Amino acid sequence: MTPYAGEPVTPYAREVVSGSRFRGAGIRIAAGFLFAFGLPFLALVVWGVWSTRSTNRFFPGPLTIGEAFVDTWVGRAFLDDVLPSLYRLGLGIVASIVVGVAAGTVIGLFRWLRELLEPLLEFFRAIPPPVLIPVAMLLLGITDSMKVVVIVSGAVWPILLNTIEGVRATDSVMTETADSFQITWWERLWFLVLPASSPRIMTGVRQGLSVALILMVISEMFASSSGLGYRIAYFQRNYLIAEMWSGILLLGLVGVLLAVAFGLVERRVLRWYHGMREVTRA
Amino acid sequence: MRVLSARRLRSTRKVLLGVVGLVGFLVVWQLIPTLGLIDPEYLPYVTDVLARLVEEFRDLAFWRRLGLTMTAWAIGLTVATLAAVVLGTIVGLVPLLRRATHTMVEFLRPIPSVALIPLAVLMFGLQMRAALVIIVYASFWQVFVQVIYGVADVDSVARDTARSFGLTLRERLSYLVLPTALPYLLTGLRLAAAVALILAITAEMVIGNPGLGRMIELSRSAGDAVGLYALVVVTGLLGLLVNLVFRFIERRSLSWHQSVRGEEVL
Repeated sequence: MTPYAGEPVTPYAREVVSGSRFRGAGIRIAAGFLFAFGLPFLALVVWGVWSTRSTNRFFPGPLTIGEAFVDTWVGRAFLDDVLPSLYRLGLGIVASIVVGVAAGTVIGLFRWLRELLEPLLEFFRAIPPPVLIPVAMLLLGITDSMKVVVIVSGAVWPILLNTIEGVRATDSVMTETADSFQITWWERLWFLVLPASSPRIMTGVRQGLSVALILMVISEMFASSSGLGYRIAYFQRNYLIAEMWSGILLLGLVGVLLAVAFGLVERRVLRWYHGMREVTRA
Repeated sequence: MRVLSARRLRSTRKVLLGVVGLVGFLVVWQLIPTLGLIDPEYLPYVTDVLARLVEEFRDLAFWRRLGLTMTAWAIGLTVATLAAVVLGTIVGLVPLLRRATHTMVEFLRPIPSVALIPLAVLMFGLQMRAALVIIVYASFWQVFVQVIYGVADVDSVARDTARSFGLTLRERLSYLVLPTALPYLLTGLRLAAAVALILAITAEMVIGNPGLGRMIELSRSAGDAVGLYALVVVTGLLGLLVNLVFRFIERRSLSWHQSVRGEEVL
């Protein structure tokens, strides 16, 4: 179910390959490697060649950016700017997940509560999250906790709404079975409701992650004297182009790492679910 | 008949509870500054905010700002969608391209678009064009990824049938690929519309090109809390409206599709 991973090998293709198994495997690995890294490598080369010929100051070559990356981010800046940013991001994400899943489960379990809050929640989700930064600045001042609150106030909605939806859609046969076995409330929550809604919760968390990253950057661009977002904006204002690019690269890396980490956690948490999907499809 | 009235009872209950929730929220909001829990300077009375909202709706300058924001939104969304549909269809239809671009896409997609704001400012200055770079970048991926999934999702039996009937490329695109990919495309479009609105307003806040976002930032720095809250409410309403419109479009254009038909039977 991993989105557009390579096609599964059909039995026919496997037979053909096994004829010269040893060489075939080698070629396959080489081809996979080529497919994975060919285009990015080509793009880098083209960019590098182009940057030596062009006089555009805003697009330095990859080598210049690489140098700036090492000079800027390795050392003190990592402690002063990168770690505080990541700390706020992590705190915000954890808080969003805890609040979103807890509140979502409660709201999802009671129908009257759901109907009471639905229009409100729809409205809050529709507010573009960065708009909350000025509000948070007004209410909390320019502090670390303000930034965490901003991250939570944006990232919590997709998690909350998806949890509500997941809890609501728990399979009725299973709830009735749980009723007739008279399992306790806690057991019911732990063994039935949360696992049943976990695919939806994970969908919400994935959406929440990207919102959280965006809010981390903007809250720092807006109101901060440290952090990744602040640094990038600072470099831009001072025309330190290569340094600015290295900051964008670093943010990209954070985004990719976040996505990879999420992918690993998701695979672990939803292993049963993907397995079930594959069985029903076969 | 009985089932019908039961259903109607349930839906009136739902509407009623929703209204109660909304009114309750407004009352709580009004009570917090009244009881002095938070200084009205930081959290103004809800009545003041609503009054300001009405005032803004009568102001032509407000509508002009709203128009600027929505223009950036519309242009950005259109450009991103067109590019994503064309590129997504090509990449999705050719497995070789799909494999070759995978790493590149997976690296570029998670880059937070706001990281590009400094670059956009350097390139285009404090104008709408700088905002458009951000909007297009962010909403492009939403549509692009959905189109790739959608185009690749064509049923293998249908594909083989089309091939043995000797359908031309054009026929295959319009009878085979389009119906399969349309639900995906519309989902992507709905997500992209929301993302584009968020970034249109964010860009105005950070870059400072005129529009609602800049107005929000100005009311904050001027200490005009009432105006700030009124504008936040406006952006929420705007987000809600965009969401509703695109959901409506989705339902209308997919009325033939199982996912929509199935809901109506229940």
